[in-house]
Amino acid sequence: MWLLDKDMWFEIFHTMGKNMFRTFLTMLGVIFAMIILVLLLGGANGLSNGFNKVFAGTSSNSLFVWGQSTSEPYKGFERGRRIRYKLEDADILKRQIPEIEVLAPRIELSDHRGTITVYRNGQTSGSSVYGDYPEIDQITKKKLVEGRFLNQSDIDESKKVCVIGEETYKLLFEKGEEAIGESIRINGVYFTVVGIYKPNNNINIDGENAVFIPFTTFQKAFNSGDRMGWMAIAVEQNTPVPLIEKQIKDILKAKYDIHPDDERAIGSFDMSRIFNSVTGFTLVLQGFSFFIGIFTLLAGVIAISNILLITVKERTKEIGVRRALGATPKVVKRQIILEAIIITAFAGLVGFAISVGFLAIMDHLWGSGEEFPFVKPMISIPQFIFSFVLMVGLSVLIGLLPANRAVKIRPIEALREE
Amino acid sequence: MIEIKDLHKSYRMGSNSLHVLKGINFKVEEGELVAIMGSSGSGKSTLLNILGMLDGADSGDYILDNVPIKNLSETKAAQYRNKFLGFIFQSFNLINYKSAAENVALPLYYQKVPRKERQEKALQYLERVGLKPWADHLPSELSGGQKQRVAIARAMAAEPKVLLADEPTGALDSKTSYEVMDLIQKINDEGNTILIVTHEEDIAHMCKRIVHLKDGVIVEDKKIEQVRAEQYV
Repeated sequence: MWLLDKDMWFEIFHTMGKNMFRTFLTMLGVIFAMIILVLLLGGANGLSNGFNKVFAGTSSNSLFVWGQSTSEPYKGFERGRRIRYKLEDADILKRQIPEIEVLAPRIELSDHRGTITVYRNGQTSGSSVYGDYPEIDQITKKKLVEGRFLNQSDIDESKKVCVIGEETYKLLFEKGEEAIGESIRINGVYFTVVGIYKPNNNINIDGENAVFIPFTTFQKAFNSGDRMGWMAIAVEQNTPVPLIEKQIKDILKAKYDIHPDDERAIGSFDMSRIFNSVTGFTLVLQGFSFFIGIFTLLAGVIAISNILLITVKERTKEIGVRRALGATPKVVKRQIILEAIIITAFAGLVGFAISVGFLAIMDHLWGSGEEFPFVKPMISIPQFIFSFVLMVGLSVLIGLLPANRAVKIRPIEALREE
Repeated sequence: MIEIKDLHKSYRMGSNSLHVLKGINFKVEEGELVAIMGSSGSGKSTLLNILGMLDGADSGDYILDNVPIKNLSETKAAQYRNKFLGFIFQSFNLINYKSAAENVALPLYYQKVPRKERQEKALQYLERVGLKPWADHLPSELSGGQKQRVAIARAMAAEPKVLLADEPTGALDSKTSYEVMDLIQKINDEGNTILIVTHEEDIAHMCKRIVHLKDGVIVEDKKIEQVRAEQYV
């Protein structure tokens, strides 16, 4: 097995060692190229991870549907009719569209996204008040600072409990005051605080100043009957949201006698759209990084080829002697190509080690992703393997050039006395 | 051992072609020690290159140990060179970053002889040229005569059929030259076939036969009384 041939390796390392400085300079190109490639990819990955963190807690394949006013007259109804959903719509939709994983109905106190004054011991807060099902937590996750979120028994027993936002807490309570177990008053009804949540900095649908109470309690306390304000819907991972969005709208349009072309009557927001555009952005960024990195790498590898060409020229006589002593062209060629591979691979690994070090420092300094979407900047193992294999592959191709030059050396020319 | 029939070779120089070998015929038997003499431009180096399969002839036959040498691929030529021929050069052509023993072992490496055996053989041949104590020295640490003796050991290591020497004493002073010739004569005494290209009369007379080349043809081919180099050492 020629790969295990000690002499061959000795020969290769000997020639490289003889020209240490030149070998090192040659390597620099590839080292820098690898650093650039890894830093760019790592940075892009960091951004991608950062954005993922922004979206963490929000089901990306989800949409929100609410009622607005009609803009087309239809079936004898005039335009400008307000669409009010009924709670049964949730069951109808879930039954008819199996791709819906979670459907959380919600109702708001006051119809137009306004606020309601919440009282406690003479302190007040203008908050949004929502009647919710616990399932909403699967679509927009709340970070709870204290206590718990609404649960099924709250719904079943219509408990007079609430979960409040941090902002609401600040307005209604003194700093450091215990809020769990305390009561707050909304429209003359008292609710016991069971949890305080911290709003998600990045994607915030509910606002910072909000009070969540169980849907069933809402119905009884504020006499909302079977009305439903809006629906938060999580769709199966592999189903495109716009498809489901259309099905939902068609069902609702038919049910509420809305003109099929009326675009305004049903309000909706497709979460996956932002998510996809950000994912697309990071993908483009990664692709671009790869593109730049690969070409830098190519330049570095070409530099190696150049140096090897010079080396071959310098070693003309030696190669001639070897040929005269019985070295076949294949053996000569193999040696030069292996030199190219070893220089490239070694330089690549050095560059990789340096850049991974850089990335680790960057991760340490800014990797928390608090102010800026930048989390765990590091290249993945497949990315590393791909770039490494590509680099070595390139070096083989590029090594062929000096190798063929070496093979062309005819012993007679090499040995001719000057 | 070597048979050459009507060998022609010309080089193209721009628009004219230079006819260097104009029909060479000669035979070398096993165990001969032949000097090929001639002034520069007589074609002696070209003849040696063709004999050494470093260059091809235009026409004519070259038979080496009953094997016709014609239209060889580079790979085949390399294998034949390794198997049939040992080279000794004027400027030694040792590989400067390899020790004497490693240089001697190099042809064996290309014969894929195992490492251990290679080292043993290299030492054995270095001993024959009297340089065993210098086995680990680099060529830069050796004198000219020592270098040529290492080169001779290297040429013999692969146990070739024929040794080809191109001006083996050209870079040496006369005392060292005689030492090298003494070694060559002793190797010949053991039955090895050796061809030496030289333009020095005294070196030529230490062979057993002199072939004179002039303007691409053999003008004289005579057996001579060998002068032993030993007496000058």
